[in-house]
Amino acid sequence: MQKNSENAENAEMSESIAKVNTRAVIKEISMKVLFAIAAALFVLAVLTICIYLLIDAIPTIGEIGFVKFLTDDRWLIRSERFGIGSLVVGTALSTVGALVVGVPIGLMTATFMAFYCPKWLYKIIKPLTNILAGIPSIVYGFFGLTVIVPISRELLGGGGLNLLTTSFVLGIMILPTIISISENSLRAVPKPFYEGAVALGATKERAIFRTMFPAASSGVLTAIILGMGRAIGETAAITLICGNIDQIPGSLADPFITLASAIASGMGYASTTNLERPALIAVAAVLLIIILLITTVVMLLKKKKY
Amino acid sequence: MARELVLKEGEVDTRGIVPINRQTFKDKLNAYLHKPFSFAVFLFICLGTILSAAAVMWVLIYTFYRGLVYIDPVSGAASFNLTADLFAWRWTLENNSMMPALINTLTIAILSLLIAGVIGIFAAIFMVEYAKSTNVFVKIVRVAAETLSGIPSVVFGIFGMIFFVGLFGWGYSLLSGILTMTLMIMPLIMRTTEEALRAVPDSFREGSYALGAGKLRTIFVIILPSAIPGIISGVILGLGRVVGETMALVFTAGSPMNARTASGLMDAGSTLTVYLYNLTNESGELANVAWAVAVVLIILVLIINGIAEFIGNKLKKEY
Repeated sequence: MQKNSENAENAEMSESIAKVNTRAVIKEISMKVLFAIAAALFVLAVLTICIYLLIDAIPTIGEIGFVKFLTDDRWLIRSERFGIGSLVVGTALSTVGALVVGVPIGLMTATFMAFYCPKWLYKIIKPLTNILAGIPSIVYGFFGLTVIVPISRELLGGGGLNLLTTSFVLGIMILPTIISISENSLRAVPKPFYEGAVALGATKERAIFRTMFPAASSGVLTAIILGMGRAIGETAAITLICGNIDQIPGSLADPFITLASAIASGMGYASTTNLERPALIAVAAVLLIIILLITTVVMLLKKKKY
Repeated sequence: MARELVLKEGEVDTRGIVPINRQTFKDKLNAYLHKPFSFAVFLFICLGTILSAAAVMWVLIYTFYRGLVYIDPVSGAASFNLTADLFAWRWTLENNSMMPALINTLTIAILSLLIAGVIGIFAAIFMVEYAKSTNVFVKIVRVAAETLSGIPSVVFGIFGMIFFVGLFGWGYSLLSGILTMTLMIMPLIMRTTEEALRAVPDSFREGSYALGAGKLRTIFVIILPSAIPGIISGVILGLGRVVGETMALVFTAGSPMNARTASGLMDAGSTLTVYLYNLTNESGELANVAWAVAVVLIILVLIINGIAEFIGNKLKKEY
């Protein structure tokens, strides 16, 4: 008797559990789909950005002429001469300038923070580099325009809106990227590498530069390339201090133009009825392609791990 | 009479033993004298660090100085710069108030964070809790997120201009700006949330399953609350990014010279950064306004970073 009633109770319970389960399963599955959709949005966003920019850019470049677009070094929106030659060279030169300023200082700072810094000092320097990363780029541009441009004008003569000023400001702007990534990768190298080198009689500096840096090379390279990416894409600050003159700068004192600054300085008054605005969009597409190449290199570099 | 050292069992008399793994300052100096090249490298490292620190201090101190001290363009007399006029509710030609720009900034920041927050957190949950890391889809999403975070802001701006402003016909409006900023900060929020979720020990999940909770319940009741400090610090970092963004907003939310508060989501409006961008070529009286905007921007970013760091540090102490 007792067994029977127990069985009946069990059957009832398992039935109700099954009911709850189907509802729970539906909820579980629908939420899982929702989470997956959120993740898929990232892919959708990247594809949409690439496709729409390219759809807009390709006919424009075709109309201008592919070779003319890439090789002509005059960028005169008003007289409809669209050659990105000087833009590409300007971007390359300012990026190299930024790396010349930012990489040695950044790597030395990262070395100091990873191997020399006492704890109390680290608590001061680390937030400082975070602040450097947080300062809006327009503030750097305004600071460059009102503080560094006059200094550069005194040093080199001319207007002060030139390659030297831009390299200097960009160099400061890429510091936090270089410092934080290379510091992390230096810290990720196993400690015995360092201890082994010191035990063999190397000085601390020799141990750092001959064993730690080679071991962390992929991370350090990533840091430099990401800094490069930031320098290439930087717009708000550069537009204010590069001069926006479509020429290939002959010296550090010459004004120039970059891909990004051409877009920012031209878009304000570009007409939509002719090729002016489409040409600027084509420049943005070129910038996107360059950055995509850099991102690919960074992802390939990341594969090395201990 | 010298006192005898009483050694307990297992203890060793350490008197007279010189630790060879310790270097005194004198030892270091001696080593450097023998290896002048190493010493030069050491000096170079110190110099680099000093230069970095000097660069930050230069930008910070100068901006604070010019932002807080009003310099009369005619007489050169100094007074306090951040007057109540600069924070008046309405912008006029006389007061140059930055309040409307501040309100536009906060509107764009909060709404884009809400959207990007939901998408980023949900995507991170999928990546950490559901998908295996060998899954092809997960790899594609990861590549996409990394690509998205590398795209420069001016490209986002041009895309927003073609897509939201042009194709969707929303014109230069806060809404176009909000959605463009959402795209920009999604990857940041996903990455920080992923890290926070991964930091939750597996024993939490196992305990929850063992008590009969389902996966969804485990995620929302056990995992998310434990990961919340990391998630919030990621969201706040995203806030800092939106507040500091210029170029992507000039082309989407517009850059009206008269910095008024946008009347709605479909209206154009300058943010603080765009207001500063418009003011950069002004001199005299307006230069003081520009520095005031710059210092307010920096103070905002400092506060935001400080909060993010404070909450982020709390996370570390927990487990």
